[in-house]
Amino acid sequence: MAKKLTIDGKEITARDNATIIQAAHESGIAIPHYCYHPKLSIAGNCRMCLVELEGRPKLEIACNTPVADNMVVFTNSPKVVEGRRGVLEFLLINHPLDCPICDQAGECGLQDYYMQYGLYHSRFQEEKVRGRKVVDFGPDVVFDSERCILCTRCVRFCHEISKTNELGIFERGDTAQIATFPGKKLDNPYAGNTVDVCPVGALTSKDFRFKIRVWFLKETKSVCPGCARGCNINIHHHNGHVYRLKPRQNDAVNETWICDEGRFGYKAINDNRVLHPQIQQDGRLQQASWQAALAHAIEAIRAHEGMAVGIVVAPQGTNEDSYLLARLATEVLRAPHVVLYPGVPGYEDDFLIRADKNPNTRGAQDMGLPAPATAAQLAAMAQAIDQGTIKVLYAIGVNLVEAFGAETVARWGTQLDCLIVQTSNMVPGGEQAHVLLPSATYAERDGTFTNFQGYLQRLNAAFAPRGEAWPAWQIYTRLAQGLGQDWAYASAEGVLHDIAAAIPPYAGLSYAKIGDLGYSVAHES
Amino acid sequence: MQPLTFWQKLYIPEILRGMAVTTRHFMTNVFGRRHTVTQQYPEEPTYVSERYRGRHRLMRKEDGSPRCTSCMLCATSCPALCIHIQAGEHPDPTVEKYPISFTIDELRCVFCGLCVEACPCDAIRMDTGVFALAAYKRENFLYPRNLLLGDDEPVNIAEGKAPHQ
Repeated sequence: MAKKLTIDGKEITARDNATIIQAAHESGIAIPHYCYHPKLSIAGNCRMCLVELEGRPKLEIACNTPVADNMVVFTNSPKVVEGRRGVLEFLLINHPLDCPICDQAGECGLQDYYMQYGLYHSRFQEEKVRGRKVVDFGPDVVFDSERCILCTRCVRFCHEISKTNELGIFERGDTAQIATFPGKKLDNPYAGNTVDVCPVGALTSKDFRFKIRVWFLKETKSVCPGCARGCNINIHHHNGHVYRLKPRQNDAVNETWICDEGRFGYKAINDNRVLHPQIQQDGRLQQASWQAALAHAIEAIRAHEGMAVGIVVAPQGTNEDSYLLARLATEVLRAPHVVLYPGVPGYEDDFLIRADKNPNTRGAQDMGLPAPATAAQLAAMAQAIDQGTIKVLYAIGVNLVEAFGAETVARWGTQLDCLIVQTSNMVPGGEQAHVLLPSATYAERDGTFTNFQGYLQRLNAAFAPRGEAWPAWQIYTRLAQGLGQDWAYASAEGVLHDIAAAIPPYAGLSYAKIGDLGYSVAHES
Repeated sequence: MQPLTFWQKLYIPEILRGMAVTTRHFMTNVFGRRHTVTQQYPEEPTYVSERYRGRHRLMRKEDGSPRCTSCMLCATSCPALCIHIQAGEHPDPTVEKYPISFTIDELRCVFCGLCVEACPCDAIRMDTGVFALAAYKRENFLYPRNLLLGDDEPVNIAEGKAPHQ
């Protein structure tokens, strides 16, 4: 049974067990709040979400008042505004007001609502209560008790979501403070989310602290490439440098959370990049032009088409990349040895983290690449190189030493006619390459990943690729053109257009149709 | 325009009249310098108003450390994007952060003074009166923290002096 009520003169229909704040947010009416969080239990302690109900003498909190039929709610009446102003004044009594040196400034709930509802002159004459500053909570989280408004979002997160119970409220009155239980550290794999849920500057990230003021950052919607889950993220970047990743809400995939491993995965975009095409000359890799590097690779492939060409690829590439690579293998190179290297399975839990550390294993197979290779298949490939059956190996984003062993890879410099390594970051074994091709990272390109559930999700280019790197689909297109094909893809979207025409579960898809929250291709495959 | 009179059309008398004015000023300058407005810069220092916006300097706290808290409000307000600050964790937890490096690119600076207005701690001022910045290399116009604090003298710079002196 849905309930019909009126909020600010707007007739809305709400779920039966919804509270006023949920009903309002679902119909696009903003109600200010600190302690309420859509994915956490209701605490009702910040008192910021006060609303006026017709027929009730006092203001009520919207986060914990269930909707009822014929309820009339005012979220912005003079009485409500006055009430919120009073609440804010209390919350700010012991607040240090150190916004210029606070990392939260620019995205702080206290600042935002003060500008909206406060704007009073302080009436507080007494000494402010001083608290603990720069308290080390764990590997990434720093706590400042003076800035804390005791909304308990972080406590509830550790209790309900990570279920690790590191945090609690200790003491009472104006000395009440958040702390870790004795002997415990806030070091669970999801600890970084406590910083995200903190509406003020009490919890800050050690990794991000003082790096940049948040108002310089731009946001680009993307997908975490850390594992097969594909958590939705926002890339926060400035001048082609990524400063942090923040989770983005997608209830079908990651709700509003992300694991710490994924959160700090952005460092590969900034560091240890391959920026220019390189060719092996005089015993070492030397910078070359794209033209020269591609010509070198094409010449080697021409000399050994078919069975003498091996491709080993990690499912790190997008669907667009995988589709073109599969076509390159079957149509252009004609039946070479293709191996999908899944990497070493990692830690897995029953919440977000998956053992498969590749973002697009499912998508790569949908696009026509083989199933993840077993150890035997990898050994067979190494053996084929040893026996001289494979003379050209094209390795794409693969950690060669991890996949084949350092000794084997060290022999390849002489055994293979041409080892083509295409990667965004220098990989172990990459120094053996005859041709090294720089590819763009996921932050620098458009594309799509299909996660393990069959959720097709979009990446957006945050900035142009560093150095001379190209997105992989562009490299494959140029290779195919060099090998006599008439491929003419100008963008990743153009490739998706062809995928939509060729692969049934992806039929009729476009970037606009996939949207920000993804599209399930699972029920059709 | 008025039509020229007969004597003006003759041209020569007007030239002589003009030369008389020039000669009078020339003689005044040669035989008495009381009326000259020329400043003998760079031999003599020129007058600079107290409110003149010259090269920046960073202020210190009483204990000698930089007053700057690296809040980056100057860098935010800077229309020329010439202020580059790297903040670091201060050993004293009540201080929070301090500038590990604070560099102003004086070649990009437009001397608008918005950084001085934005600073909540009066940590940056433009009251040095130094306007003649000179150096032989572009990188010497990147003023690091120690120069702005006055710990070191600018490299390769001949302020207010002719290059040959």
